[in-house]
Amino acid sequence: MTAIPFYAQIINLLAALLLLLSFAMLAQRRVLSLVNLFAMQGLSLALSTAIVAYGTAQPHLYWSAGLTFVLKVFLLPWLLHRLIRQLDVRWDVEGLINIPTTMLIGIVLVVFSFNLAVPISELASTVTRSTLGIAMACVMLSFLMMITRRKAIPQVIGFLSMENGLFFAATSATYGMPLVVELGIALDVLVGMLILGVFFFQIREQFDSLDLKHLEKLKEGE
Amino acid sequence: MAIDGLLLTLTAIVGWLVVGALGLSRPRDLRFISHILFPAGAVIALLLAAGAVAAIASPPQTRILALGLPDLPFHVRLDALSAFFVLLLGAASAAISIFSAGYFRTSEGTPPGAICFQYHAFLAAMALVLIADDAYLFMVAWETMALASFFLVTTEHRLPEIRRAGFLYLLIAHIGAIAILLCFGVLQGGQGDYTFGAMRAAHLSGGWPTAAFLLALFGFGAKAGLLPLHVWLPEAHPAAPSPVSALMSGVMLKTAIYGLLRVTFDLLGTQLWWWGVVALALGLVTALFGVIFACVQTDMKRLLAYSSIENIGIIVAGIGLAILFKAYDKNLIAAIAMTAVLYHALNHAFFKSLLFLATGCVLHATHERSLGKLGGLIHRMPWVAWLALVGTLSIAGLPPLNGFVSEWLLLQAFLFTPSLPQSFVNMLVPVAAAALVLAVALAAYVMVKFYGVVFLGRPREANLENAQDAGTLERAGLIYLAAGCVLLGLFPVTVIGLIDPVNRLLVGAAALHPGLGSWLMLAPLNPDRSSYSPLVMLVVIAAVVLLTVYVVHRAYHGRVRRAPAWDCGFPAQTPQMQDTAEGFGQPIRQVFEAFFRMERELPTPFDREPRYRVTVEDPFWHWLYLPVARAADRLARLVGFIQQGRISVYLVYSFVTLLTLLAMVR
Repeated sequence: MTAIPFYAQIINLLAALLLLLSFAMLAQRRVLSLVNLFAMQGLSLALSTAIVAYGTAQPHLYWSAGLTFVLKVFLLPWLLHRLIRQLDVRWDVEGLINIPTTMLIGIVLVVFSFNLAVPISELASTVTRSTLGIAMACVMLSFLMMITRRKAIPQVIGFLSMENGLFFAATSATYGMPLVVELGIALDVLVGMLILGVFFFQIREQFDSLDLKHLEKLKEGE
Repeated sequence: MAIDGLLLTLTAIVGWLVVGALGLSRPRDLRFISHILFPAGAVIALLLAAGAVAAIASPPQTRILALGLPDLPFHVRLDALSAFFVLLLGAASAAISIFSAGYFRTSEGTPPGAICFQYHAFLAAMALVLIADDAYLFMVAWETMALASFFLVTTEHRLPEIRRAGFLYLLIAHIGAIAILLCFGVLQGGQGDYTFGAMRAAHLSGGWPTAAFLLALFGFGAKAGLLPLHVWLPEAHPAAPSPVSALMSGVMLKTAIYGLLRVTFDLLGTQLWWWGVVALALGLVTALFGVIFACVQTDMKRLLAYSSIENIGIIVAGIGLAILFKAYDKNLIAAIAMTAVLYHALNHAFFKSLLFLATGCVLHATHERSLGKLGGLIHRMPWVAWLALVGTLSIAGLPPLNGFVSEWLLLQAFLFTPSLPQSFVNMLVPVAAAALVLAVALAAYVMVKFYGVVFLGRPREANLENAQDAGTLERAGLIYLAAGCVLLGLFPVTVIGLIDPVNRLLVGAAALHPGLGSWLMLAPLNPDRSSYSPLVMLVVIAAVVLLTVYVVHRAYHGRVRRAPAWDCGFPAQTPQMQDTAEGFGQPIRQVFEAFFRMERELPTPFDREPRYRVTVEDPFWHWLYLPVARAADRLARLVGFIQQGRISVYLVYSFVTLLTLLAMVR
């Protein structure tokens, strides 16, 4: 078995951290902690991208890393904090399913993703190929988090964290998407966040709450 | 000096867009728009028409524009076929623009500047459709045309029924556009090159040419108003302002004819004989259907809309005949049929525009579209009435006006049919010729009704006494179109000489031959069997009329006695005793009762306030459109079942889909 280069080991470590943070987010009930976990996830993502850039001499990945760092560690968490303060929704959030069950489903999903990633990893020629399974697991777990949360803000955090997973998948499978695409996605996420913020205010205006069950009334009448 | 027709066309397109943009810059300045912009648009149109006349006979010109997407530039090309339709566009829209200058005024709906922009964008888009040389530019221009005309139709967008009519039009236009897009997809033959040049070179195997033809017939038929996609016409035309109706009916429908000709005769290398039979049958059914429904209409613009359906039917029948002859290599007769098609398209652009504009004048003067409330307008609006008479006689197909020439040519083409090798077709053709003659005769009946009820007799309503004749600019537009109808009728040989390059391009033969006929005498194929000289006809008609007037005048001169009319025992005659539109159409309604969905309320003899009410509906709504709409509704309800209203459930849907797909691709 060939020795894994040092930088690749660090990447693997960061990937493991990413997965761990995903599980932490899945288990976290407090909204503010959720935002902090999201920022940490962004940080580990930016770090790992920078190390990939260093290890494989792909200069455009430095840009991606910088962009991720600014956007996901500072800008988006700051926007979320401000939203939470303005909407005054700092209390704990209840999930639709209790936390232990969610974690169990999460483990099943991780196994599924790893299983799925094996054939793709064999085809890929990147040093980071072993982390593809983790990236997919992150996407799945974020998706699960969106499904199980009842309030609007945790769902949005789930959505943003899913984008993190996708970004990581792109980095590990093909050393990142073209810079144009990445810029576009980053802008999408930012604009999406802003629009969703507006929506939150509208939803609260209408229903005096951010509980999504009120939206069920919007269904067309029978 | 040779004129670069293509450059001229492109300049005209840019010019129209500039005029439109100027209108948009001063949207409420009615004087500026009507006294400067619309006349400027008309001048551009006239120049375009003059350039197109020169371009018909010159060899095709091509150009690649530095517009479009990267690596996908716009190709344009001006050959005889394009040039002929550009001529039609320029010649007809010049008159309509002049008329519009006097017609549009400030209203509740779209401001005049926006109308000016939409109108000129519409013209520019039509010109672009005609010169497009790749599917990409063609579709862009085609959709621009549909959108511009949609906004023009919904000028009075505050009225819900007008929005509804506009929506119906847009819907059918889109269905048609999808078919056209698929048609181009078939035509490019899997090479991925969407220029028309590549489509001409592409070799399609098996059933693909047929698929392309049927898609083109469907797609362009939706725009032209072929059965069963005609339902937008009778809704959109009454909704639109009259110049827009004129432009849509007179010119836009012809772009669909252009597209059909382009695909069938140019892009598809060979034609199959049974395509001709399909087009012929569809065209004749459309013509008959349109004219029968025109007979029973009581709204003058709906009547004209159904009459447009009829004329498009005749044109498509002619195309079918041309395909049939071309498929059997009878290029000479195919050229006659093709001449009839193109001639009729040109004629229809003139007389239908004239009539729609005349209805616009009537509408402005009386605020009334219903035939039952008009009448006697020839005394109040003599200019409009006499000019409309020219249009009426033309569309009714009376010599020596233009409608007769094209219909006569088409009948000639029918009469030559027995030389075909297919006995089945030979048996079919007499029936088709009879149907054509029936449609043409009924069209004359429709026009007698239209003209008689609107302009003749006595006014049916009191406020008609105050009707004002058309203004100077409107009059100028009408005179131009009426003069066009007369000239197109009087000099058919010259016109056919103009059309012949198109014939040579499409069917490989010319309709005119040296030695047969002269500039005075039109004699296709064989002067012994048939010939027609409109000038001689005019002279004879004029001589007979003058002679009769003279004789009557001489014979009865001095013996005229003015006295109360013999009043049949009725001491007083009121306008209510005149024949109405319903009454005039009643025999036709009885004879063709099976075609209509009719609801009738007849009063009993004992009614204190007797009321007679009859509504005639288009059966296609019930046969085709409502079932489709109901099926779509049912399907939507079925799908609506999975709409739970809970975001989590929706997320689960996509999550499960994702997992399933991932598990499947593994």
